[in-house]
Amino acid sequence: MNSQIDLDAITDADRRVLEAIQGGLPLVPHPYAEIGLSIQMDEEEVIERIRILQQSGVIRRMGIIVHHRPLGYQANAMVVWNLPEEQIEAFGNAVSPLDFVTLCYQRRADLPRWPYTLYTMIHGKDRESVLQRVETLVELSPLKQQTDYKVLFSSRRFKQQGARYFNQQRTTTTQNDGATQHHPAP
Amino acid sequence: METTELSLQDRRVLNEFQHHFPLSSAPYAELAERLGSSEEEVIGQIKRIKKAGLISRVGAVIQPHTIGYSTLAAMAVPTEEIEAAVKVINRLPQVNHNYEREDEMNLWFVVTAEDEADLGQILAQLEDDSGYPVHSFPMVRDFHIDLGFSLDWKHPYNSSSNQVHPAAFS
Repeated sequence: MNSQIDLDAITDADRRVLEAIQGGLPLVPHPYAEIGLSIQMDEEEVIERIRILQQSGVIRRMGIIVHHRPLGYQANAMVVWNLPEEQIEAFGNAVSPLDFVTLCYQRRADLPRWPYTLYTMIHGKDRESVLQRVETLVELSPLKQQTDYKVLFSSRRFKQQGARYFNQQRTTTTQNDGATQHHPAP
Repeated sequence: METTELSLQDRRVLNEFQHHFPLSSAPYAELAERLGSSEEEVIGQIKRIKKAGLISRVGAVIQPHTIGYSTLAAMAVPTEEIEAAVKVINRLPQVNHNYEREDEMNLWFVVTAEDEADLGQILAQLEDDSGYPVHSFPMVRDFHIDLGFSLDWKHPYNSSSNQVHPAAFS
């Protein structure tokens, strides 16, 4: 899916910029200048590299990154679907626009143990509403009630941080006995 | 759950600045101008919303598998061994989410690496260190094209251009 992005065009300087901003822009009047200071690059170059990385699609968006749960969602479940290969696309396209489906990924199976290939993150105000929404999806699936799917509620969160592609040491352990706010991304 | 009081101005900030963050020397001043506010106020406001746990950061969402390679991985660990397995997994700086889920396949985490080969080594190491098979489910396709959060608020600033889906946790 990244065929339009020329990965070889990403330079070491670009990587330094991405690494420096991966934890977020500082909340100061001149954040790009401050980022630049940390990697010996001037402000204009930092801004220009971010601009180019955005144009090329490496950076999908720049802005405020919102957490879900405090805005009204309390429960979430990862629902995994084992669909015939030829039905994945239609089902993915049908369910991904629904407002309570916040992630919809096709993933590689790991046979024989794990045949599921479509992953949907379903949010709701509580467990019951999540399960009702799952039922809605089941009805949209080609095999309806015969569909092979699993609902995996999260019970504890042990770690949550932004993706770090660069090897910076930072670990956190958080325990949360309710439903969790976040979800695995890529 | 705790409800966080959000002013109309807070909602504007959340709604309008998830995309196209200004690429200029003083981006917060630019946002302030659009809001009819001041740079200092906007910075203070974002700090406050962040402290309340509503946002994770102001930053970049990077297209998966462009710089680096990642996967969603899972392990089936007996309940009484969970804590020990979590220690082994979380020791890795490359792990950025780790959840227990209600299934026999009960530990789910995201691993990021420099490339696919590097990822393979990390997962193999994890199998050795933990003693459990690691199942890896790399992404094939993302059905959500855009990113950002659809704020389900009925107020004048919830423009239709914001009706996109939240996949903002890369």
